Amino acid sequence: MAEPILDAIIRVRDITVQFGSTRVLDGLDLDVKRGEILGFVGPSGAGKSVLTRTIIGLVPKISGRIEVFGVDLDAANSTLRRSVERRWGILFQQGALFSSLTVRQNIQFPVREYLKVSQRLLDEIMVAKLGMVGLRPEVADRFPSELSGGMIKRVALARALALDPELVFLDEPTSGLDPIGAGDFDELVRTLQRTLGLTVFMVTHDLDSLYTACDRIAVLGSGKIIAAGTMADMQASEHPWLRQYFHGKRARAVVG
Amino acid sequence: MSSDPALQRVAQGGGLALCAVGSWTAPFAPLLERIVADAEKLAGSNPSIVIDVSRVAKLDTFGAWLIERLRRSLTQGPIEARISGLSTNYASLVDEVRRVDSAPAVAAAQVTITGILAQVGRSVAGIGDTIVGLIDMLGAVLAASGRVLIHPRDFRLTSTVHHLEQVCWRAVPIIVLITFLIGCIISQQGIFHFRRFGADIFVVDMLGVLVLREIGVLLVAIMVAGRSGSAYTAELGSMKMREEIDALRTMGFDPIEVLILPRMLALVIALPILAFLGAMSALYGGGLVAWLYGGVDPEAFLLRLRDAISIDHFTVGIIKAPVMAAVIGIVACVEGLAVQGSAESLGQHTTASVVKGIFFVIVMDGVFAIFFASIGM
Repeated sequence: MAEPILDAIIRVRDITVQFGSTRVLDGLDLDVKRGEILGFVGPSGAGKSVLTRTIIGLVPKISGRIEVFGVDLDAANSTLRRSVERRWGILFQQGALFSSLTVRQNIQFPVREYLKVSQRLLDEIMVAKLGMVGLRPEVADRFPSELSGGMIKRVALARALALDPELVFLDEPTSGLDPIGAGDFDELVRTLQRTLGLTVFMVTHDLDSLYTACDRIAVLGSGKIIAAGTMADMQASEHPWLRQYFHGKRARAVVG
Repeated sequence: MSSDPALQRVAQGGGLALCAVGSWTAPFAPLLERIVADAEKLAGSNPSIVIDVSRVAKLDTFGAWLIERLRRSLTQGPIEARISGLSTNYASLVDEVRRVDSAPAVAAAQVTITGILAQVGRSVAGIGDTIVGLIDMLGAVLAASGRVLIHPRDFRLTSTVHHLEQVCWRAVPIIVLITFLIGCIISQQGIFHFRRFGADIFVVDMLGVLVLREIGVLLVAIMVAGRSGSAYTAELGSMKMREEIDALRTMGFDPIEVLILPRMLALVIALPILAFLGAMSALYGGGLVAWLYGGVDPEAFLLRLRDAISIDHFTVGIIKAPVMAAVIGIVACVEGLAVQGSAESLGQHTTASVVKGIFFVIVMDGVFAIFFASIGM
């Protein structure tokens, strides 16, 4: 593990998560810097989504400490926790849009809950968010079941961004998108990170995303972070899984 | 770092400068909206207006959009409002919101008399569709049964047994308990009222006929509609939502054969069994109350029961059971397959499944009553 980062937005220390007798995360440490896009990779079933869900509080941990925005989430009372939750946005793997609400209502939902603003501003913000994720305002009154897979991801991202969070968690944002759509999505994440000053925590398997979008990469293996650093560090690593991952056939195709 | 936002008005040469200060961010959005609405009134009052954002501490989409909205409403005819002092960090954000067109308004739902009448009309016309749908499903199930009879290897025994466990075996405790209590209540009420005429013993006649002919099977059918009909609709509906049924179809399986036939068969087998158990349990409960409350000892009760009822009463009750099961099953499956993409739709169809199931069960019971009366059973 590299030396601790001072202005970490997420600070995870010695996290252990266990399901039954299977230990998924075993004393894991991780820091995410403010303003960076962190790509999070690892073999399928290594616990990438579990770590994401542990940080956001959906999976209970046995031991360890999680600080987000400098707030220890275990020690925080419910008011403090809510104020932290207001400052992050989450894109779930399947989108997790509310199926009985339209796109408009889905995006406006968090805003309406937290801020007392006029319907006009809600609509305008909704259109602005749709524009940011590259969708036309015409989709606003469709239901999630009437959207394509890529559109669901985009709307879900728009909802995650609705309250202008400082931190977004993206769980496999480009899985299930065509390469062009995935490329656009990477570009989109980059643009949003620049314009809104976002910090992005991105679980991904997409090598293109890692190359084009991510500032730093963390690799999960056997319940720990086995490496963290830039793409160059990853390629220089001698770890067998990393060598296979970043020098495999698909990786060579990406590097060109 | 998060200070209250404000918009200061400063006269500047011949024109006006609006200086935005503080945090123009989402938490302050309600306040910002008021500030901007106030400032919008200045439109047309000055030959030149500059919105100076150089002293904004923090800007996000909300702030950027409100500044852009202000700029648009202050721009009138020859007067053009400008934004100045934009730092490079925020320039791309403002560019982003500049592309926003005015939002499309929600089509407000209007409640009019014609609307209500049209809704009523559609509902009435929908009854026809419901019946066609049920007959359609009945035909499909019968056709699938025919195919399975010709090719018995296609029959899904494991699935049928699984559903049988769910709808029959696991339903036994609750069915027995509820029918037992109903038997107790009928008996207690009967004795209470008959006693005034000195006709206590006739409670056995009433209990026997009522339980075996009508209440036993009707009550069990209603409980099965609520318990298993709703489960079928929810299962099939969520499979439909996740395209599992389409997946089956593309693999060359007939969803009727794979999903619906085993469920229907399980229900048709289960309901007579449950109705029988329910009737026995109700008679037992009634007998117990007659003994403890009415003083009719068990031997007298059984003797009287033997005289009062014939096998016809039992036959009439039990013949109805599989038909009611088929009605419940068909309604549940039709509703399950009608589920659309949303969670709300799943809820609506599950409700409809139970409501329609119970309705048709009672209609069937009435039809049977007329039929049996006319053939003298």
